[in-house]
Amino acid sequence: MIKRTFVFAVILIISVSFCLTQEKSPGVIAIKGASIIPVVGEDITDGIILIKDGLIEAVGKNIAIPAGAKIVDAKGLFAYPGMIDGSCYLGLQEIGSIRATVDYKETGRFNPQAKTVEALRPDSMHIPISRSNGITTALVAPSDGLISGQSGLIRLVGWTPEEMVIKSSVAMHIQFPPLPRLRRRRETQPREQASKQITELKEILKQARYYQKRKDAAKKNLGLRLPEFDEKLEFLLPVVSGELPVMISVHAENDIKAAIKFVKEEKLKAILYGVTDGWKVAEDIKKSEIPVIFGSLNTVPSKWEDGYDAFYRNPGVLAKAGIKFAFSSDSASLAKDLPCHAAKAAAFGLDKKEALKGVTIYPAQIFGVDKMMGSLEKGKVANIVLADGDILELRTNIKHVFIDGKEVSVSSIYTELLEKFKKR
Amino acid sequence: MNRKTIGFILGMSLLVFSSLSFGQDLLIKNGTILTVTKGTIPKGDILILKGIIKQIGENIKAPKGVKIIDASGKYVIPGIIDSHTHIALAGTNESAEVITAEVKMSDVLDAEDRSIYTAITGGVTMVHTMHGSGNPIGGENVVIKTKWGKTWEEMIVHSAYRTLKFALGENVKRSNIPTVGAPRYPQSRMGVNAIIRREFLKAKNYMEQWDRYLNAKKSKKTAKNLIAPRKDLRMEQLADVLRGKMVARCHSYRADETLEFIKLSKEFGFKIISFEHASEAFKIAKELAKEKIGISIFLDNWAYKVEASEGIAYNAGYCTKNGVLVSINSDSGERIRRLFNDAAKAMKYGGLSEEEAIKLVTINPAIQLGVEKIAGSLEVGKHGDIAIFNEHPLSAYTLCEKTIIEGEVYFDRAQYLKEREEMEMKKKEEEKKKEKKGGTK
Repeated sequence: MIKRTFVFAVILIISVSFCLTQEKSPGVIAIKGASIIPVVGEDITDGIILIKDGLIEAVGKNIAIPAGAKIVDAKGLFAYPGMIDGSCYLGLQEIGSIRATVDYKETGRFNPQAKTVEALRPDSMHIPISRSNGITTALVAPSDGLISGQSGLIRLVGWTPEEMVIKSSVAMHIQFPPLPRLRRRRETQPREQASKQITELKEILKQARYYQKRKDAAKKNLGLRLPEFDEKLEFLLPVVSGELPVMISVHAENDIKAAIKFVKEEKLKAILYGVTDGWKVAEDIKKSEIPVIFGSLNTVPSKWEDGYDAFYRNPGVLAKAGIKFAFSSDSASLAKDLPCHAAKAAAFGLDKKEALKGVTIYPAQIFGVDKMMGSLEKGKVANIVLADGDILELRTNIKHVFIDGKEVSVSSIYTELLEKFKKR
Repeated sequence: MNRKTIGFILGMSLLVFSSLSFGQDLLIKNGTILTVTKGTIPKGDILILKGIIKQIGENIKAPKGVKIIDASGKYVIPGIIDSHTHIALAGTNESAEVITAEVKMSDVLDAEDRSIYTAITGGVTMVHTMHGSGNPIGGENVVIKTKWGKTWEEMIVHSAYRTLKFALGENVKRSNIPTVGAPRYPQSRMGVNAIIRREFLKAKNYMEQWDRYLNAKKSKKTAKNLIAPRKDLRMEQLADVLRGKMVARCHSYRADETLEFIKLSKEFGFKIISFEHASEAFKIAKELAKEKIGISIFLDNWAYKVEASEGIAYNAGYCTKNGVLVSINSDSGERIRRLFNDAAKAMKYGGLSEEEAIKLVTINPAIQLGVEKIAGSLEVGKHGDIAIFNEHPLSAYTLCEKTIIEGEVYFDRAQYLKEREEMEMKKKEEEKKKEKKGGTK
């Protein structure tokens, strides 16, 4: 009887796991004839990419295609790894002016408990548009307050939030209080306010550390009382332990310096976001070894003397200084424009190959998922884009998109509405 | 001397003066010239004399003293035209009243607005700067050239159409701003349509009053004790629209409200030159093509409000292919510097050719502004308004190197880079000096 149950259980496990893998893996796919730009490693002309079980099985020139493999003819196309948006509001906002559709910002100043992936709308009309532009992964980030909440990394396909989430907590987002630019007498008030807010940030981290200490002590000693549950401190624990990085939105020269100092003093793992004045303090950032994610480059500098192209040339300067960087769309409805930002930086001094890395392998490294994605290499998840040209070019058409080895649709509300009215 | 001769002399001297002050001489050599209307010259020259294009071709010799720009390896295109912006203005919306046709944007031009400079860094040489969309009937717009550093008088393009701004939908309904005090009429699209009709009915009545008065004045029978009707500046503007002296530019998003406005224009017999934003134009491309009404739209900026939530990126390409005159506008002091990027996107969305794509930001807006005889393409006799790019203007990796208006260089990236370098050197020196001072203390 026991034996029988055992056999049955084994059969059950095997068949269930078989079913699961069957469902996960569409079998072997061979992408044939494409010019492959693996991002890491040399470019390959007329190459082959084998996909098995959702992963990249092989990339190269003389690769045997197993019998029964589904062949995707990619002659004349260029194969790229799927792009990664370094920060956006995909699935968190539909229509900007309608608050009912906006879910990436909370009220109040400290919201470490807020998680964007728990507000994710898989049906968002913006997600397929990003996807059909070659973006396969995105960091969905919160905003507002001092501590805005936690961002998550998602794949741009899935019926439910769960199916989409790759990493539910990537970073704790902090909006660094900006110091006023000019030291005029009248502005002492906001100046004080900014430094007061930095003190407040430090204070809450200090409290979180103490909270942890008390928890640890209580764990060892049953006689001690547990600290009273505190929601804010609870969710800051992985931050103070250095497990969860903080992503600090910061722009002006002095603020960047202050943010670096803050990170150092608090011994945090950090990513800087925005960093529009970065080119003025490239050395400081380099020394801190903190990576940078740029926001939208489509902004005119507020300071005339910075020059009209300050935002455009900033990535090039920081890259030259040896700072790790990535690009972001900082948008929902225009998240599809991620490659435009990278290309714009390339137009103004950033090396073209570096620009491509800024939307592929670099964000993967910054988010700690570079073993999984960011390039076309054996063993990585098969996020592959087949395009008829340079993936950062405005005129390029994306022909096929694979996420986790499965081909996904490149249609969107754009094409659906167009087709509907073409019938008129 | 009688009045006529004084007038004649004044007029002549003005003419002489203006022809003297107009434009400069310039020879652009060896560039890839995208004329937009007459094909591409792989390696050609453009000669501009007194601001006007005199010759386009190969191996043109520079007349004595004419400045030469070497454009080898560069792309030369007509200056970009933005058919809808609000730059260089000291005010955008007259929001105290609902109907403000008497307001004129030429009265509030601000020649020192830095957005003018931003525009020329993106190859823009002419803009239609407009009243906002806060009122069903806004004000009279104005066309200017982006002559950064000149006075506003020198910027105005007098030969352009006179245009009046109309607006429909969410903005005039005030859907997206909190109501302060009593709500303003109109609050619905019914009210918007009705209020515009009301104003045109008033204008017709006003015109009739004047016609009656003028006719009565002619006849001896009725001329006695006549009192002239009161002059009404608001009605005068609408009367000019009805007389065909001014054309309508109408801000509208939804297809339905757009069609209703076309009906209104037929009811009163005025001309709509284009719809602004027109997110849903692709739904009614047939009607727009039939009525010969253009659209001035974003390429892909959308979903920022409900009426913009079906504004698909294929709009420009699809409408172009279906015979609608399309221009891509910025409506922004930032997007204005990357209109050539937006034009390139119309190739991806909608499959336009390179030439069709460039037209969206050059000759098409020129036609919409009524300046196609002087701008929008590189042809002999047109103004020497030119942008030079380092790579193909439709590439994502391109940047504008020079912006030229009437033969005069207004933006020169090389010069900009030189000045910036000098400034940074100076800054470093000053810092050194400061350090030294600090050290001796």
